[in-house]
Amino acid sequence: MSSSQLDWAAIDQDPRFQALHKKKTSFLWGLMLFSIVYYFLLPVGAAYFQDLFKIKVWGPVNVGILFALSEFIVAWIIAGIYAQRANREYDAMAAEIVRDAKNIGGGK
Amino acid sequence: MGRHTPLFLGAAALLVSGLAFAGAGAVADEFKWMTFAVFGAIIAITMYITYWAARQTHTTSEFYAAGRSVTGLQNGWAIAGDYLSAASFLGIAGLISLYGYDGFMYSVGWLVAYITVLLVIAEPCRNIGKYTLGDILAFRNHPKASKTVAALSTITVSTFYLTAQMVGGGVLIKTLIGIDYHISVIGVGVLMLAYVVFGGMKATTWVQIIKAILLVTASILLVMFTWGQYGFSLPGFLQAVVDNPGVQKQVAKLVGDAALTMTPQELGQRFLEPGLFLKNPIDQISLGMALVLGTAGMPHILMRFFTVPTAQDARKSVIWAMAIIGGFYILTLFLGMGAAMNVGAGPIAALDKGGNMAAPLLAQYVGGGADSMLGNLFLAFVSAVAFATIVAVVAGLVLAAASAMAHDIYVGVIKGDHASPKEQVVAARISSLIVGVLAIYVGIAAEGQNVAHLVALAFAVAASSNLPAVFLTLYWKRANTYGIVLGMLVGAISAIALVMISPNMTYPKAVVKDAMKVLEGEPAQPAKPAVAAVPASSFACELFALEGCVKSEPAKHASPDKPAKPGAPEKLVKLQEKLPTLSDAKEIETAKKDIAKLEKDIKKAEDDLKKMEGQTASMVGLEKPFFLLKNPGLISIPLGFLMVIIGSLLFRDKRAEDMWDELYVRQNTGINAEGASAH
Repeated sequence: MSSSQLDWAAIDQDPRFQALHKKKTSFLWGLMLFSIVYYFLLPVGAAYFQDLFKIKVWGPVNVGILFALSEFIVAWIIAGIYAQRANREYDAMAAEIVRDAKNIGGGK
Repeated sequence: MGRHTPLFLGAAALLVSGLAFAGAGAVADEFKWMTFAVFGAIIAITMYITYWAARQTHTTSEFYAAGRSVTGLQNGWAIAGDYLSAASFLGIAGLISLYGYDGFMYSVGWLVAYITVLLVIAEPCRNIGKYTLGDILAFRNHPKASKTVAALSTITVSTFYLTAQMVGGGVLIKTLIGIDYHISVIGVGVLMLAYVVFGGMKATTWVQIIKAILLVTASILLVMFTWGQYGFSLPGFLQAVVDNPGVQKQVAKLVGDAALTMTPQELGQRFLEPGLFLKNPIDQISLGMALVLGTAGMPHILMRFFTVPTAQDARKSVIWAMAIIGGFYILTLFLGMGAAMNVGAGPIAALDKGGNMAAPLLAQYVGGGADSMLGNLFLAFVSAVAFATIVAVVAGLVLAAASAMAHDIYVGVIKGDHASPKEQVVAARISSLIVGVLAIYVGIAAEGQNVAHLVALAFAVAASSNLPAVFLTLYWKRANTYGIVLGMLVGAISAIALVMISPNMTYPKAVVKDAMKVLEGEPAQPAKPAVAAVPASSFACELFALEGCVKSEPAKHASPDKPAKPGAPEKLVKLQEKLPTLSDAKEIETAKKDIAKLEKDIKKAEDDLKKMEGQTASMVGLEKPFFLLKNPGLISIPLGFLMVIIGSLLFRDKRAEDMWDELYVRQNTGINAEGASAH
């Protein structure tokens, strides 16, 4: 690992890296928080809101079953949203920094 | 690779000879040849792959990371193959078949776990990691110290998971096709060793891919048959579940006295509602935390991200894995419900109390039943897939533990990272061999032990020890060696210690009480009015059996007078007296079955009493559980995080501070990431 050729502190301070860092951080934590809250609604609902979960909405299919199924859909949607964002934005931003890494900070 | 040929042949011969010892199992004798044929085909294919992989596995990167040449799609299937262990494939289908909704709800956490993997772990780990968890931590922390604790934790987690897989696998193969437990364990071990030692990560990856494809194919076929007759209508299918008398009977058994006031329709509908199995919501949240955070800390899952060429491929592989794993759990809903309807909870639980036989028995039913050729072919196929599942998961775990031993401890700590490439590969192969032989030994030594909770414990340790350390190393500037070491040790030890004092352990007094109930029966009980639920007197009382605590109690329905129940021996005598007086063939059959069951119960109760003789306390000297949850995550995970933070704030570590910029830039951009090996 001959990593010391690059000036890491300078890359870290580079506005392009800071922009990537800021965008990614708020987006990732938002998604993460949402997914955790949405997931724990399931056991909490099953334990404390049984009357709601028992309401039949589509033949014998009740709110509980639909909610459990929605957990799968929501997990996939979160994965999809993240992948799209990362493929379209973050990869390009990171690639630009990588291309320019040697020049940032005077290229030690 | 010609020099390895005799070993391959030896492994194959051992397995085939094992099949010859097959005794009674779910597959009838006259159809066993089919099982062997399917097993043989799967073993032959995987052995050929191992042979092919072994010819391309010479360097360390090839052995541990398949030369980083696995594509995102392939890795997605391999992750699914690694993750869908017998516990989640057979176990969840079984839980659904016995308890309905709760089983399905249980499966959700296993998928949601991958969101954590995708968002915060997979790509950064690919960007800065090399082969192991230890490599990630050693990037900015003190290399020897962090590699040592990482290796300890990896080996602990792998051992727990491995033991559960080996014992579960041995029992499963015995139940399905009647191969002796010891031979099953040795067979699984030898096969897995062949894959890992010769083929390294490449062979392991392909075994996992093949296994995942077989598993998904088998499940789709079964669901086509079970769901298809209802025109693939969800309400239509579930209405049939609700209307099914067997399902209604199972619910009546589960809800007890409450069933007296319910109509058959209500009983059936109850199967689609929560609360038949998972009764303690706090325990479930604790398990949920362990799953959602533990998966991302599982060493054998982390290791999979080092096999792809770039972070983009790591991302792609998690997306694929989530599609496959999630789709599979949705199929499991139909498998479990289908088994509940068509096979029935009784026969499923009779073969295996945990319900593991639900999917195989459904396969047999779908093909035409126990006496049909097709039914047994299906059963053989599902059994073979279950077998491949165990071997594939075990191979992944052994590789993870062996890499911790060889790469982190031997090369990193003992040799100070100065080992020749050849030496490293030899160390990796020898470590695999050691871990593999140990796994076989543990599998045999733990025969008959209750190991089901070890899977949950493995996830809890990974979530309390590995995840806080990796996560804070990657994202928190102040994290350092002291925090990592303290957090990993406290996280792992607290998770294990809490389980040692939890209801998972064996408490002799409770066992004796249950055994006496079987042998001596129960006294008559007067009618009781309904009781409302009692909450615990404080949150701490929900978790610990503290002095002065009011324990939480669930609501109870009013119960009518109950006559005294006779003990099993008394019932047995009566039945045996009655047997000669019976004339109807069907009645005689039932009576004989009941007698066999009573004899089994009595023997078990007597064995239990003998085992517990003179003992009053559990392994750690408790008469009853002190920690009231089965899952320790709720306490041990925050504790693990807290200790990393405290340790990091209390002490300073220059290297961890200096390396932060580099780590943070590299984990986000992939500059200087370990590339694919030149091939």
